[in-house]
Amino acid sequence: MTRAAVLLVVLVALLALLPWFVGAYALSVATLILYFAYTGQAWNVMMGFAGQLSLGHSLYVGVGAYVAGGIFFHWGIGPWAGLWLAIALCVLLGLVIGFLAFRFGISGVYFALLTIAFAEFTRIGFDHLGWTGGPGGMFLKVAQRDTWDIASFRGPPLMYYYSMLALAAGAFAVCHLLLRSKAGYYWQAIRENEDAAQALGINTFRWKMLAVAISAGMTAIAGVFFAFYYNNLFPEQIFNISRSIEIILGPIIGGLGTLFGPILGAAVLTLLSDGITELLIHFGWEIPGIKQVFYGVVLLAVVMFLPHGIWPALARRLRV
Amino acid sequence: MAGACAEAARLILEVHNVSKSFRGLRAVRDASFGLAEGAINGLIGPNGAGKTTIFNMIAGVYAPDSGRIVFQKREIQGLRPDQVCDAGIGRTFQIVKPFAGLTVLDNVMVGAFLRERTAAGARAHSASILRKLDLDAKATLPASSLTLPDRKRLEVARALATRPRLLLLDEVMAGLRPTETDQMVQVFREINRTEGLTILLIEHVMRAVMALAQHIGVLHHGEVIARGAPHEVVRDRAVLECYLGEETEV
Repeated sequence: MTRAAVLLVVLVALLALLPWFVGAYALSVATLILYFAYTGQAWNVMMGFAGQLSLGHSLYVGVGAYVAGGIFFHWGIGPWAGLWLAIALCVLLGLVIGFLAFRFGISGVYFALLTIAFAEFTRIGFDHLGWTGGPGGMFLKVAQRDTWDIASFRGPPLMYYYSMLALAAGAFAVCHLLLRSKAGYYWQAIRENEDAAQALGINTFRWKMLAVAISAGMTAIAGVFFAFYYNNLFPEQIFNISRSIEIILGPIIGGLGTLFGPILGAAVLTLLSDGITELLIHFGWEIPGIKQVFYGVVLLAVVMFLPHGIWPALARRLRV
Repeated sequence: MAGACAEAARLILEVHNVSKSFRGLRAVRDASFGLAEGAINGLIGPNGAGKTTIFNMIAGVYAPDSGRIVFQKREIQGLRPDQVCDAGIGRTFQIVKPFAGLTVLDNVMVGAFLRERTAAGARAHSASILRKLDLDAKATLPASSLTLPDRKRLEVARALATRPRLLLLDEVMAGLRPTETDQMVQVFREINRTEGLTILLIEHVMRAVMALAQHIGVLHHGEVIARGAPHEVVRDRAVLECYLGEETEV
């Protein structure tokens, strides 16, 4: 086994045993890390692999959450049916955005703007949608939280932690396979130089569409998890652009286009955010916005000193 | 270039009365020629003669305003670059476009995937091409670390990996030193001889074209003014005028 594989097995084993060693709060932080590791992987397929910048991934989280949450809320249908509907709808949405952009030559920052636009007008649309409760929000019934009810995805925090661990590990495996397949090579070629890629027989339109579809479908699953974990959904929150930014920070800080980058980035950012909060409490500083200032300074430092992210630099040290 | 009084050789590519204008400027005017299968063909001409425009029309970057381009009995004018490549025409870029973040081997594998389904197959095919181009020692280096001659070689390797029947080389010798040019010439001779690959060289380095090409077409102001074997072309009046005439003006 390569060093990378050993490292991975150890990591997964440690994460699987984690609940025995930490309390409820740490477990919720770990769940959050895995959530961002997962959404980071999903976004990384589009931007890190294929070079298509999406700044509107909150769209897929939100639609995924509302679709699965909505049919559970209204008709009591558990998330396992809603999951497929959510994936299908998000893939369709992604393909619509991709078609508009790639067919009419919208690329780079203009493509990014298009993704923001879709997320924004979906947010505004959901504010006026009665079925989802509009701006007042949709609240899923919170059931007894001590037994594992897999069918309706209701249970203790431990269940959500392990689900998220399985999802993150699954996403890692999928990305690993994709990156080593024809798709991975074609995406990276498109990312590096689209003209040269096309000259080598790559139908760039089709392969970019595939990247968007996979990324959107994966993100939809995160949305379904989000709905059943948090139980309340507000368009203003879930479709907000800052949710999209949260998703992309992990892979950027961790290392764009790498497999470990999104995971490492999610861990660093979430722990950093929580660490700063703890420190501020410890020193008794209660200045509004001070947390964001510290957070921003650290991000700036990482981007300045490790422009390719933390993982590539770390990988050299670990020689993996 | 098969001449008007062409030998019996089969033509792999025929360009019929092709024209292209950019904003009223006629880059290529009613150009016609054919490429003999299995031969090394050269297309020469002074700067701005329309060489690269013709090249890009064959490669699918531009659609001609009029005229037909027939490759292996199939009309290909107006196809997209990827469709042209899939039909069996490989190309290099005058200004090299390596996938800078990928390794040399991975660059070539991208090309190989056109005909290979699995990564293992693509890798094996790519490795053999890298050996042919003497790049195998650099397979694991990032493409961004290569020198210009190696980048030009990589362009060729990537194009060859798609298993073309016709290879279009756009100024692949430009910027190389004479010894490096001679090495490249050697490589193309070898590939042409062992695989019967048809090559179209677009160059303005006469030295390389004269050494390599069996048939030459001369383009001037977007028109084909002469076709024939190298020794015939250099004696052609119109060619001498267009080349030497310009020299004397300097």
